[in-house]
Amino acid sequence: METLQVIERVARDAYGRLLSYLAVNWRDLGAVEDALGDAFVAALESWPGTGVPDKPEAWLVTAARRRLIDRARRTRISEDALPTLLAMSEDAQRLAAAGAVFPDERLRMLLLCTHPAIDAAMRTPLMLQTVLGIDAARIASAFIVKPATMSQRLTRAKAKIRAERLTFELPDAEQVPERLDAVLEAVYAAYGSGWEEPAIADCPRSSLAEEAIALGRLLLRFAPREPEVYGLLALMLHCEARRGARHDGEGNYVPLSEQACARWDRRLMLEAEQYLNAAAQAGRIGRFQLMAAIQSVHAQRLTTGRTEWEAIAHLYEGLVRISPTLGAYVGRAAAIAEAYGAARGLAWLEVIPAADVVSYQPYWALAGHLYKQLHRLAEARSAYSRAIGLSTDAAVRRYLGRQAAELEL
Amino acid sequence: MSYTLMFYESQEDFAARQDPVRQEQYLAGWTHYVHALREAGVVVFGSGLYAPDTAATMKRRGGEIAVQDGPFAETKEQLGGIFVLDVPDLDTALEWAARGPVDTVEVRQNIPALK
Repeated sequence: METLQVIERVARDAYGRLLSYLAVNWRDLGAVEDALGDAFVAALESWPGTGVPDKPEAWLVTAARRRLIDRARRTRISEDALPTLLAMSEDAQRLAAAGAVFPDERLRMLLLCTHPAIDAAMRTPLMLQTVLGIDAARIASAFIVKPATMSQRLTRAKAKIRAERLTFELPDAEQVPERLDAVLEAVYAAYGSGWEEPAIADCPRSSLAEEAIALGRLLLRFAPREPEVYGLLALMLHCEARRGARHDGEGNYVPLSEQACARWDRRLMLEAEQYLNAAAQAGRIGRFQLMAAIQSVHAQRLTTGRTEWEAIAHLYEGLVRISPTLGAYVGRAAAIAEAYGAARGLAWLEVIPAADVVSYQPYWALAGHLYKQLHRLAEARSAYSRAIGLSTDAAVRRYLGRQAAELEL
Repeated sequence: MSYTLMFYESQEDFAARQDPVRQEQYLAGWTHYVHALREAGVVVFGSGLYAPDTAATMKRRGGEIAVQDGPFAETKEQLGGIFVLDVPDLDTALEWAARGPVDTVEVRQNIPALK
């Protein structure tokens, strides 16, 4: 049984590292995945008898490499691939002997997954599969996509990498911020973009939240001078700190402004604040730092007992300027409503084009809330109804239902 | 493209339709969902179905017709209603399925009408 645990641990801790290392040298991502999968199967078969090797990772690389050579011979893809493989093999032996660790190529893999030629919607799934080894079925469920469709899209993305010879090379210095931004965007999409919670947001796709944070921490090691990496990590940790406070003992949804601060995770909040401070040292603001700063202001309620909505409105103003997303517009309207009254908030909400919000739940939740405060009951009823109809989470539906019921009192 | 969303309901859901205490909440879930769908302009057709125990099923065995009371298959969850939506792709159809007030929704693409 111990052998199985070792294999599981190696698979969890080292899958992305092994895959990235092999892929950088071999370039055919699909073939490398198959080979590494086979290597793990081979380990399951032989390790219980022979015992776990001293260097399990080197063993797996060697086994995977052997599969790749077999495959190359079988399909006669190219003769010139063999020298690469042999070099890798020597590399693996050297690494195994010297007790050295494998070069960590995961940053190159992250950059490859978020290459401009890869469809933006596929960057996060590709990253989750290659760097974290998460299977396509789970990724599909997290993104509410048919699993067979998700598998096809992943296969197609990998075929594109091969066909267009997208490179694993690190981008030039001047390209780094742009390429890094795509990586951050993809990590944030894995975290679940509903979490910044501008108003009365629907529950996010949170099943990948921990994986996203792991990616954020990984990224920090590779890019310790990029303030936006710190910003993203601070944002995710601030949101994560409140996970437990989002529901009360009966499973009812509790919006941020009504959460009991005592239920926030102070350790995570403190860590988030440290990262935000570290980001500020660079003196370059960005969208993730702004979003983290908004969460930081909310977090201050723990010590001050009140929420500085004017500061939040100000930060959203900055966010809308550099990153005009629907979430930012709705968040700005919510903050302005809290700071300067529902009428002003509604005016800012109504500048959002109607066509953009037909299926955007936070808009309708906030609209219901503001119409209610302004005693525009019919509009409030209708907006709450749409918000409930657009929610995917039962607790959020019940919460909005209670809000709407107060209209009838 | 049009897709059919098939909403499967548990016996408890079907019971809630008749239960004076739970009826209002049950119906409200559908009212809001239908409202959101209609406002989004994606509905081609939609209808709820009466409970499976009201069903009649015709089966032809060896040329002979037999009619039985109740649904075709006795399963825990039974078809409770359908919506036909006009949306760009299966992803969008599934997104709407996730917003539905029941826990099981099957989504399939409709075959375009024969010319």
